Amino acid sequence: MNIIVVGLNHRTASVELREHLAVSEARLPEALARLKRWPGVTEGVILSTCNRVELYAVVKDTSHGFDSLREYLLKMAPAISHDDLAPYLYYFDGSHAIRHLFRVTASLDSMVVGEPQILGQVKEAFEAALTQKTTGLVLNKVLKKAISVGKRVRTETGIAENAVSVSYAAVELAKKIFQNLAGKTVLLIGAGEMAKLAARHLVQAGMQNVLITTRNYELAVDVAKRFHGLPVPFDDFPREMAGADIVICSTGASAYLIGPEDVQRALHTRRNRPMFLIDISVPRNIDPEVGRLDNAYLYNIDDLQGQVEKNLEQRRQEAMKAEDLVQSEVGLIVRWIKSLEVLPTIVALRRKAGDIQRGEVNRILAKFGAVSPRQRELVEDLASAITNKLLHGALVALKTEADSTNGPLFAEIAQRLFDLEKEIAAAAAKDETEQTSTVLPDGPP
Amino acid sequence: MNVLFFEVTLLLYFLGTVLFLSQLAGRLEGVSQSAFVVAGVGFFFHTLALVSRMIEAGHIPLTSMHEALSFFSWALVLVFLVVELRLRLHILGSFILPLAFISLISAAALPKEIKALAPIFRNVWMHVTLSLLGTVAFAIAFVAGLMYLIQEHLLKSKHRNVLYHKLPPLDFLDDLNGKAISFGFPLLTLGIITGALFAEFSRGSFLNWNAEQIGALGTWLFYLVVLLGRVTVGWRAKRAAYLTVVGFAGVIFTLVGVLVKGQHPFA
Repeated sequence: MNIIVVGLNHRTASVELREHLAVSEARLPEALARLKRWPGVTEGVILSTCNRVELYAVVKDTSHGFDSLREYLLKMAPAISHDDLAPYLYYFDGSHAIRHLFRVTASLDSMVVGEPQILGQVKEAFEAALTQKTTGLVLNKVLKKAISVGKRVRTETGIAENAVSVSYAAVELAKKIFQNLAGKTVLLIGAGEMAKLAARHLVQAGMQNVLITTRNYELAVDVAKRFHGLPVPFDDFPREMAGADIVICSTGASAYLIGPEDVQRALHTRRNRPMFLIDISVPRNIDPEVGRLDNAYLYNIDDLQGQVEKNLEQRRQEAMKAEDLVQSEVGLIVRWIKSLEVLPTIVALRRKAGDIQRGEVNRILAKFGAVSPRQRELVEDLASAITNKLLHGALVALKTEADSTNGPLFAEIAQRLFDLEKEIAAAAAKDETEQTSTVLPDGPP
Repeated sequence: MNVLFFEVTLLLYFLGTVLFLSQLAGRLEGVSQSAFVVAGVGFFFHTLALVSRMIEAGHIPLTSMHEALSFFSWALVLVFLVVELRLRLHILGSFILPLAFISLISAAALPKEIKALAPIFRNVWMHVTLSLLGTVAFAIAFVAGLMYLIQEHLLKSKHRNVLYHKLPPLDFLDDLNGKAISFGFPLLTLGIITGALFAEFSRGSFLNWNAEQIGALGTWLFYLVVLLGRVTVGWRAKRAAYLTVVGFAGVIFTLVGVLVKGQHPFA
């Protein structure tokens, strides 16, 4: 029994290859069912996002499992040949596989470290697997743990704090000036890509009123449609500025379009309600003197970019803390899995000894005929003392070796020495029926 | 008994102040939680202190500077707890609790004995309560203004530190500032009117141009102008923040005037 992962991601494979292998939400149930039936696989989860396709499985034999999962991927994408795929795959097993899953869930393996989507995607992958009943004892525990590690990393480290793109940095700043963006108005002067992106983020953050002006009025009308905004004739924008709480400027003009007197006038009309001006044009379109006015907050592209750099650096530092956290959690779960390998042997050994003990005690007592409760107790004590003392060494050895790589070997030896195969098979069959009959949990905690 | 409660409160407010100031330094979420709890427990003991003092005195304990400062501190913490429970700002306590602590430790330095009250002063607590509640509102405006000026400076200088992340948005602070003054001004107005009435009854003249009366009237006029300026010509944002910070300094000055000069029945 071993946990393995086979997959590819944005670092190892091109988007074309990832597209071929990606499993859409609609196809996921069928793909999971097939994975569960795949040779050598006892449990399986499929994580398919735009940046990665990964198969997590519990297999009996690791190297056979790797081959088997690779075959599975090829089967899922008939257009891809073995040679096209093989160089881009990565394989992890045991603690490395678990560590990989934890790092993925904690967004440490993402293109943008700390991005929030992956945690939800792992949850969805797990829920789909639960619905299809393709997970069991091991993957259930490991995935639940992965999700809780992902949450812990987000809350306990600063990995997900602060914007790492210029347009988000603008939104973050806007939120430091305006409590509630809902009733506020943004004026776009020029419709550069970055300006549109910033405007889109602002709209997502709750902003409703968007005004757009460009030298080419047709273009303004066109862009306005996309934001459900209002086009404004270019010559009117200095007047419209008084109504704008946020001004985003990104035109190709080679001179300042907005001077301090324009903003001063707007501020006067707005009765000094603060204005946030973002100049993402190069060369700049807003006179830097504007930044000296009270209640006008002017940020240019370098200010925003500088902030993003700082935030990225901070995320890198926080990522190191997150790695430590992941590492310690991996240690805990690996120990749990190892104990799982010897646990059935320990249980079977105890059960077998108990059965023999009870059988012999009853046999001898039947021969005695009438015995007092005190005598009966003495015989039982004698029998249990002998079995316990005899088994003590073996049980201690199994428990201590569970933590080492020798765990499975010791378990097998014990099974052979004490002839436990029958007990273990019976217990496994019982587990199987119990697992399928119990209701699966609603979802990860 | 009230002295013991008072001292426990003092200790807890001190602890709360330390915790609230230390939460400014780092990201530890737990600190602001425990600081809030400490402030809450402190407030509980403070209430016990005030109630037990009232029982011992047999009248509402607002007849000496010690009592006035203690009540001021109590009301300030009360407002803080209510605002914090509703808005979860976390940073508010870092500004208000130190103020409450300074006020309470000033109270501790003053004579604490319960004064026998001349019958004429039986109802003086109305004047004191109204004036003090007005002052509490101005203190909130002061704190909002101070936070505004800090955040404004950080935004202008494009310097982002822990404070930048913890301080609320500018327009929220401006709004809080405006609301606090609109609350405080009517209270101060009523406080001055009742004060004048008691002066009339006790001394026969409602105004005798002593330092603290001039101070009180000056404060009243100042906040009147600030309030009107906001409503009519847009004295908001940075200017309002400056004015309320300066104005509160005037309030403190008046209070100290009451304390130092002997005209007021408190001194």
